[in-house]
Amino acid sequence: MKNLQLLIIPERCKECGLCRDACPKQLLITEDNINSSGYHPVSLPNAEKCSLCGNCILVCPDLAIIYEEVS
Amino acid sequence: MNAVPKIPSSLTDKQFHYCPGCSHGIIHRLVAEALDFHNVRENTVGVASVGCSVLAYNYFNIDMQQAAHGRAPAVATGIKRVLPGSIVFSYQGDGDLASIGTAEIVHAAARGENITVIFVNNACYGMTGGQMAPTSLIGQVTSTTPKGRTQPEAGYPIKVTEMLSTLDGPVYLSRVSVHKPAQIRKAARSIQKAFRYQIENKGFSLVEILATCPTNWKLTPLEAVKWLENNMIPKYPLGEFKDVGV
Amino acid sequence: MKKLLKGNVAIGEAAIAAGCRYFFGYPITPQTELSEHLATRLPEIGGVFLQAESEIAAINMVYGAAGAGGTVMTSSSSPGISLKTETISYIATAELPCVIVNIMRGGPGLGGIQPSQSDYFQATKGGGHGDYRLIVLAPSSVQEMYSLTTKAFQLAETYRNPVMIIGDGLLGQMMEPVEINDSFLTPAQVDKPWATTGCQNGQRRIINTLYLDPETLEELNQKLQQKYSLIVSQEQMAESYLTTDAEYLLVAFGTTARIAKEAVEAARRKGIKAGLFRPISLWPFPVSHIAPLINKSRAVLTVEMNCGQMLEDVKLAVNGKTDVYFYGRSGGMVPSSKEILDKIIEMRDRSYECCS
Repeated sequence: MKNLQLLIIPERCKECGLCRDACPKQLLITEDNINSSGYHPVSLPNAEKCSLCGNCILVCPDLAIIYEEVS
Repeated sequence: MNAVPKIPSSLTDKQFHYCPGCSHGIIHRLVAEALDFHNVRENTVGVASVGCSVLAYNYFNIDMQQAAHGRAPAVATGIKRVLPGSIVFSYQGDGDLASIGTAEIVHAAARGENITVIFVNNACYGMTGGQMAPTSLIGQVTSTTPKGRTQPEAGYPIKVTEMLSTLDGPVYLSRVSVHKPAQIRKAARSIQKAFRYQIENKGFSLVEILATCPTNWKLTPLEAVKWLENNMIPKYPLGEFKDVGV
Repeated sequence: MKKLLKGNVAIGEAAIAAGCRYFFGYPITPQTELSEHLATRLPEIGGVFLQAESEIAAINMVYGAAGAGGTVMTSSSSPGISLKTETISYIATAELPCVIVNIMRGGPGLGGIQPSQSDYFQATKGGGHGDYRLIVLAPSSVQEMYSLTTKAFQLAETYRNPVMIIGDGLLGQMMEPVEINDSFLTPAQVDKPWATTGCQNGQRRIINTLYLDPETLEELNQKLQQKYSLIVSQEQMAESYLTTDAEYLLVAFGTTARIAKEAVEAARRKGIKAGLFRPISLWPFPVSHIAPLINKSRAVLTVEMNCGQMLEDVKLAVNGKTDVYFYGRSGGMVPSSKEILDKIIEMRDRSYECCS
């Protein structure tokens, strides 16, 4: 049995904010900490509310949010 | 727990050098997904052009050639004539394709060369710092039109896809955008179709993709999305301008 | 087997014999017959002839085709070669094998269409930007247009370097019997692991000339220079005619060498010990062949259809050991053997003045 979930790769995030805007439930937030490039990466604290619509994945220019398969 | 990240196999894992919010990353992903979808990664040769995407060969996990400014369609032609069974595409910006490279794109299209062209239109020269491009809009402020582009000084923007649609050579010409999820889904389908026609030996295909350049437009990524929607789409309408591949 | 061929056609036939299957060109006088001949011949043998939208597009098709592993050629004439030079620099940098033919015409500018050798600097000193070199071969007969073209493809593949053949309208239009070498008719299968043919078998290939890191770019330059040094040591070619006892050494290439040869014979009839040195490889300049001749010469006369270009390489080779004179015609004017003979006599008289 395989399920999908969101995987955020903080190192790839450039804090552009497009995913936050695209999330219909506004679930993505910007972290206080910074990654090695100096950007505040996004995170998904309430993952259980995510409906996996994929909008954030589509608009992310940096492949910082991708699906992962969980078995 | 066994996690399998879904990065297209036609992309390397190298992080893009593009500015925050730049559309190039989305377009790279869509092209890579189309190559994966058609299962042609190992039979594809890409041609990088000059501009922000000059380093595209670092990101596409395929054989690549880097072309001189504007000449990618000619380089792609040379590759395709030697390897007619391969999938060959060029990835070009608007300065590269619609200014210095107008002859090459028009004639590759007119020959009906069986290649696919990914044409990224962000209405400015990104790499060199936001100068006026052939696609910059009337009134658009750039570093070489500081008071806004006016026709008497700088002429009108070129609508490449409409212009090429008057030719007999192309089988598929479309203009898409990647500023919102719905448009990105449409763009993905259009890019897939363009490559499918090439795989089916139908002839020349080009997908023009409206893209943002927040850095040189001097806007935030979200403002840039709105600017594209409000200013570019009215002048560069989306849609399929030619589709004789069916 | 001997065949009567026009010079331009001989180049085309030799290219096919050497395995060339791809030609990208743009019409320009006086190389026309070469393109027209290949437009018929290449499709007959399953090759590709493509008339591009410009010289610039044509040379970029050469870049793509050579990078994809094709055996490829383009041809043009002086102003057209100028247009190609940017991408010739890319091809040299990416180390792609190809053959470029320049049937030279009088310049500068749009110039004329009559024979000239005024692209010597462009061919041998670079032409485009950056520290790169072309191997440059200068035939002086239709036979050599054939044999040096096959040689050009071999050199291009051996060194992964663009090779230029330079001739002019006189050689291009001339008809002479040519010994056809059939041994090349089946093109050798050269292994090209670097060619972008799709990454089926593992590692992907990138053909690129962008090096943003200066250290890496310097390393690339050093690697290219090592290759060029090897070419200089291995590939100098020249012909010497009546040089064993020559006191007056003429230096001329291509068409001019044919006329200079007549002048040398005329001088001999007058009792002047003249000889001819004819560089066949213009780059590398055949320094090792000319050096022993200079030591025996009272004076050297360089004859060219330009205002004195190879003259500089001759002076470098002579390195002050003897006097170097120059006779040139330009703009499409061809020197006569009488003019050259007069110059030989003048040179002889002056060298006696100096020594008495």
